[in-house]
Amino acid sequence: MERHEYDVVVIGAGGAGLRAAIEARQQGKRTAIVCKSLFGKAHTVMAEGGAAAAMGNVNSSDNWMVHFRDTMRGGKFLNNWRMAELHAKEAPDRVWELEAWGALFDRTKDGKISQRNFGGHEYPRLAHVGDRTGLELIRTLQQRVVALQQEDEKLHGDPEAYIKVFAECTITRLLKDGDAISGAFGYWRETGDFILFDAPAVVLATGGIGKSYVVTSNSWEYTGDGHALALLAGAKLINMEFIQFHPTGMVWPPSVRGILVTESVRGDGGVLRNSEGRRFMFDYIPDVFKDKYATTEEEADRWYDDQANNRRPPELLPRDEVARAINAEVKAGRGSPQGGVFLDVSTRLPAAEITRRLPSMHHQFKELADVDITKEPMQVGPTCHYIMGGVEVDADTGAASVPGLFAAGEVSGGMHGSNRLGGNSLSDLLVFGRRAGAGAAGYVDGLAKRPSVTGVEEAKAEALAPLERTGGENPYEVHHELQRTMNDLVGIIRKSEEISEALQVVEKLKERAKNAASSGSRIYNPGWHLALDLRNMLLVSECVAKAALLREESRGGHTRDDFPGMSAGWRRKLLVCSAKPDGTSVTVEERAQPSMRGDLIGLFERSELEKYLTEEELAEYDAAVKES
Amino acid sequence: MGYKAKFRIWRGEGGEGRLEDFTVEVNEGEVVLDVIHRLQATQTPDLAVRWNCKAGKCGSCSMEINGRPRLGCMTRMSTFEESETITVTPLRTFPVIKDLVTDVSFNYQKAREVPSFTPPADVKPGEYRMQQVDVERSQEFRKCIECFMCQNVCHVIRDHEENKPNFSGPRYFIRIAELDMHPYDVAERKEPAQEEHGLGYCNITKCCTEVCPEHIKITDNAIIPMKERVVDRKYDPLVWLGSKIFKRQR
Repeated sequence: MERHEYDVVVIGAGGAGLRAAIEARQQGKRTAIVCKSLFGKAHTVMAEGGAAAAMGNVNSSDNWMVHFRDTMRGGKFLNNWRMAELHAKEAPDRVWELEAWGALFDRTKDGKISQRNFGGHEYPRLAHVGDRTGLELIRTLQQRVVALQQEDEKLHGDPEAYIKVFAECTITRLLKDGDAISGAFGYWRETGDFILFDAPAVVLATGGIGKSYVVTSNSWEYTGDGHALALLAGAKLINMEFIQFHPTGMVWPPSVRGILVTESVRGDGGVLRNSEGRRFMFDYIPDVFKDKYATTEEEADRWYDDQANNRRPPELLPRDEVARAINAEVKAGRGSPQGGVFLDVSTRLPAAEITRRLPSMHHQFKELADVDITKEPMQVGPTCHYIMGGVEVDADTGAASVPGLFAAGEVSGGMHGSNRLGGNSLSDLLVFGRRAGAGAAGYVDGLAKRPSVTGVEEAKAEALAPLERTGGENPYEVHHELQRTMNDLVGIIRKSEEISEALQVVEKLKERAKNAASSGSRIYNPGWHLALDLRNMLLVSECVAKAALLREESRGGHTRDDFPGMSAGWRRKLLVCSAKPDGTSVTVEERAQPSMRGDLIGLFERSELEKYLTEEELAEYDAAVKES
Repeated sequence: MGYKAKFRIWRGEGGEGRLEDFTVEVNEGEVVLDVIHRLQATQTPDLAVRWNCKAGKCGSCSMEINGRPRLGCMTRMSTFEESETITVTPLRTFPVIKDLVTDVSFNYQKAREVPSFTPPADVKPGEYRMQQVDVERSQEFRKCIECFMCQNVCHVIRDHEENKPNFSGPRYFIRIAELDMHPYDVAERKEPAQEEHGLGYCNITKCCTEVCPEHIKITDNAIIPMKERVVDRKYDPLVWLGSKIFKRQR
């Protein structure tokens, strides 16, 4: 079997993975990047709106503290505040660094990086390139990897001496030596041959879990691999009940249902209307945001030109609020003909401006739905977009509880609390990708000796099993049933009985998945690949459902029909998932959320904190204020 | 709304293969990739195809549909007659791995041969100042989703394996043009474009521009201007001819 020795193995080649790998290589570590797709195709390419960074290029009042506050509000104060702090402070440097690596962002009149408005961000904050920012980000990082390889070729005569991409290669197990990570096992998709990485540090950067849902903006790669690999290796997942349903996915034609319609449409002036032509978002401004959002269309429209004297349009509320509102309008019978609501930019901006600012949306609707967005409204509805939950990590280094294991980006948990603001994902990738790469490099430096790999034979047997069965379950059918179950029973609005029912279905599907059979050879066999991915999707679905059942409140990306209010008591609790190495017995435990550092909580007014904190916490706050 | 469509799909691995016939259900609004997924789920679970975003943004599902390079996710079934047999084959310029999946490593090799963005040593991150109008030319080329259909269709290499070592192809001509037009790039790009990347092989038939799903004007905005920049130093009869035909002057 093919075997490679590295210092750091990064699993996933989206924004977080590439930024982590670049950092590890820049710190002199021999680094492997392992990804399921071709290099440069990761899900990051689909990010549209931009990367949030308080550079203050468009409104000079912006700074890290404003960004930090917006992030905490967006996450309904459940965020890991240290991550939110680091993110807000470091995002500008990470964006500027991309520019020095060749990224070409849209510009302001004075030649700086332009910034656009987005939901939940007080000032224009998103560095962007039209509506294809993710592509720019991934291409820039991809080209930075190539630049490092060119450097290594000059220095060592081998471009792959210090950083190598293993494309179309899937990792199925992390390997350990005692408690610590010692490597990773997987297979080449092209040949089906096995591959073994012998490495003391692994960075997970595998993205999310959207493929457990039918209606999703996520690509096939989003099967929760990193979440599952971490669980199986003994790490813990937090916040798994919080899933972001992006308010605006395409709803028609059926084959494109769920594909993302960027929030930039609203950031640039687009409005949501129901079948009666009403801008319904004015009816859905929650109490916690009452003083920050316009209450009339006139004020909302004035805001685009004069942000100092007007409040924001409610279309730019955080995503969880907008998604729930659309859901409610459709349920109340005020939806569009194809089961969504109307998103209209055609009456708000001149056609030329729409095609300049939103070129890929214009293209996407024209090509896939025969809709010209410069002339008519789009029809949109919520789509499973992002999981806030993930591997519990140390904020500063990205280290998980298992020595040698690191995680960054969507697969990690905590940064976004119960709901992520648009634009905070691309900046999250950069900030914590770099930190995880540095964390892994530092960990390797501190090791007395390299750990040795174990468990290879078991991993081989597990991977080969579906090919050796005949007449077993069709993995595609098991997958479809899981997607329908999660969509219908653990979706945007949840209730106890439905979640319990979903858990029963998941149990049955786990049994069926164990019996999944794949015909054909080992060469590029998608049926086999899916059979292996089922383990991961089922495991993360179980975590989502179990945590969702326990959390008896509604907050951000977790809405309980039977517990509609937000509870200050629950804000102090995190739900932590763990599992046995064989993937059975997922357990969920409560853990106390650490209190915010004094100088950070001091950035908020007491009147705002009262909406989120318990009396006990408020008393601590008062004492701290008095002291200072 | 649904109907049964006839598909003929290239199947095979290890250098051997044949076209296989399928009859498969098609529903309203579907694209070719949806139909291939239905085949996987119901008839041929091991049918190999690359795809990712299913929204025309990642450039993974390039294939030849009725002989034309297309993205499977952006080719709507409504563009075909219901009675038509739709033939789907892998990209012809690259070696087939299995079914519709080809070995596109040629492109990654060529990517590594183009020297990276080279800013002046004294500009620090955060200090870059560029006008929108000055970045727009390069931004057009950075829209590229690397579907490699321009590489696939380019007849310099489509049926001429022998040209591959000396020819980078349209994807990398726009990369070179992007860097040459970048306001802060200081590297010399013109001479190498001609001498190392084979710009001179291109005789401006615009096949690449025609297949580009991002509608990048590869020939007009990248290749011809680069040829013109090269000709400042070296006479090239094709550019001379091109400038007469297309009446372009700089």
